[in-house]
Amino acid sequence: MLAPVLFFLFAAVAIAASIGTLLARNPVNSALSLIVNLLAVASLYLTLNAAFIGIVQVLVYAGAIMVLFLFVIMLLNLEATPVLEAIDKRILAGYAGGTLLLGAITYLLARGLGALPTFEIAESAAATGTPRALALNLFTTYALPFELIGLLLLVATIGAVMIAKKRFV
Amino acid sequence: MDLPLYWVALIGFAIINFFLVSASVLVYYERKVSGWIQNRPGPNRVGPWGFLQPFADVAKLIFKEDISPTASSPFIHSLAPVLMVTIAMTTAALIPFARGFVIVDTEVSALLVLALTSIAVYGVTLAGWSSNSKFSLLGGLRSSAQMISYELAMGLSVLTVVLITGSLRLVDIVEYQNGPGAWGILGWNVFRAPIAALIFIVTAFAETNRAPFDLPEAEQELVGGYHTEYSGMKFGMFFLAEYVNFFVASFVIVTLFFGGYLLPWEDALLSALPGLKDSVLLGVLQVLSLLLKAAFFAFVFIWVRWTLPRFKYQQLMTLGWKMLLPIALANVVLYALFFTFKALLGWGG
Repeated sequence: MLAPVLFFLFAAVAIAASIGTLLARNPVNSALSLIVNLLAVASLYLTLNAAFIGIVQVLVYAGAIMVLFLFVIMLLNLEATPVLEAIDKRILAGYAGGTLLLGAITYLLARGLGALPTFEIAESAAATGTPRALALNLFTTYALPFELIGLLLLVATIGAVMIAKKRFV
Repeated sequence: MDLPLYWVALIGFAIINFFLVSASVLVYYERKVSGWIQNRPGPNRVGPWGFLQPFADVAKLIFKEDISPTASSPFIHSLAPVLMVTIAMTTAALIPFARGFVIVDTEVSALLVLALTSIAVYGVTLAGWSSNSKFSLLGGLRSSAQMISYELAMGLSVLTVVLITGSLRLVDIVEYQNGPGAWGILGWNVFRAPIAALIFIVTAFAETNRAPFDLPEAEQELVGGYHTEYSGMKFGMFFLAEYVNFFVASFVIVTLFFGGYLLPWEDALLSALPGLKDSVLLGVLQVLSLLLKAAFFAFVFIWVRWTLPRFKYQQLMTLGWKMLLPIALANVVLYALFFTFKALLGWGG
């Protein structure tokens, strides 16, 4: 009973925060909204019993990448962008209504055609969300793609170091 | 252990209050210890042996005017100290205080500790930015660079413990130190992985911004660092967060490396006194054992602060990236190889 309530709560927070990221005039506020969004998405993972993924999301994105973002924004001391023109409330309402209508029509159409995915309730997620199950999958079934991604990351890291160097050796 | 929700809430309430009170005790203790180290009496005017000094300090902080700088960002300016205290207190929920006595026991609690440590930096960084002052901004920048640099080594030393235990659950990590082949206190992870323990303790100093890693608030260069522009109880919350942070860090150090709540020679003690098993007294003894060990590390935090000078910035970066990180990485690889061969060759069952 609690899970759907939590899901919609965190989904609403995530959507609000991502809109905030787009609309904030000040880069720091924008970055902060993005952090809230990432934390809300992490909470969504937690409601799906995928604790490991959720925590890693916090650890990697909110804890490391966004700290670097914020560091750079603060280091450059970016000014807030000026408000170019006031957004007309009526146009905004129009867009919101249009999006809602489109969503409703798409939903009805998909349901009519039987194209909606069936829901697999959290039991399977509970079994696959543990670090052990995840690691077993990752290191046996998907060992090759995993290693390839590792290689890709290594190449990207070396590339970043090379670009950051003043003179190419 | 499945306690009803209101019990968890009550225990949580008790633990939060315990940490709030412990902060004021630690402030007093730090001032006394620093007095002894510098050969002066320390606080001795307010109450017997100056014991009421922290209460006087808090009363002063509460009644001071709350000043926020003009052109600061008021919401974030108020948010930053709240964030610091909240995150510091949240970590306490993960610590097992005795066998079966832990508020949050998840599959990944060791990772959760790291995640909370890594988002704790936002308090300092945002305080630095929102104050709209160059001293604060420098403090915030230093803090974020420092946290990112030391998080890696910290994560790798925790990974060593996870490799030994084979679980990310803090309760399992504690119990394993009592586990197979453990003799008395030699099962503690500090004896199984001494290098990782040392690295973790050093990085814990860096992550809590305690001297010799207190560059974000270096008084001599930055006035007060990130909390220069804070006054009254908002400053008090930073102060509180600092003490709660390093006390919680002591608890985490003890949990990961020094047997957590385990009593020294617990097995021998239990076989000598079989009536003790599963009794309330054992739980109380375990809480006391954890407290004693954590208090020792809190003392170490204070001891180091008053005996070592602060690092220079490039020394901080050299230590983090060129020494701690490679050593921690090599350590993890060594342990991983050891456990792989152990599994392949079937050593020790």
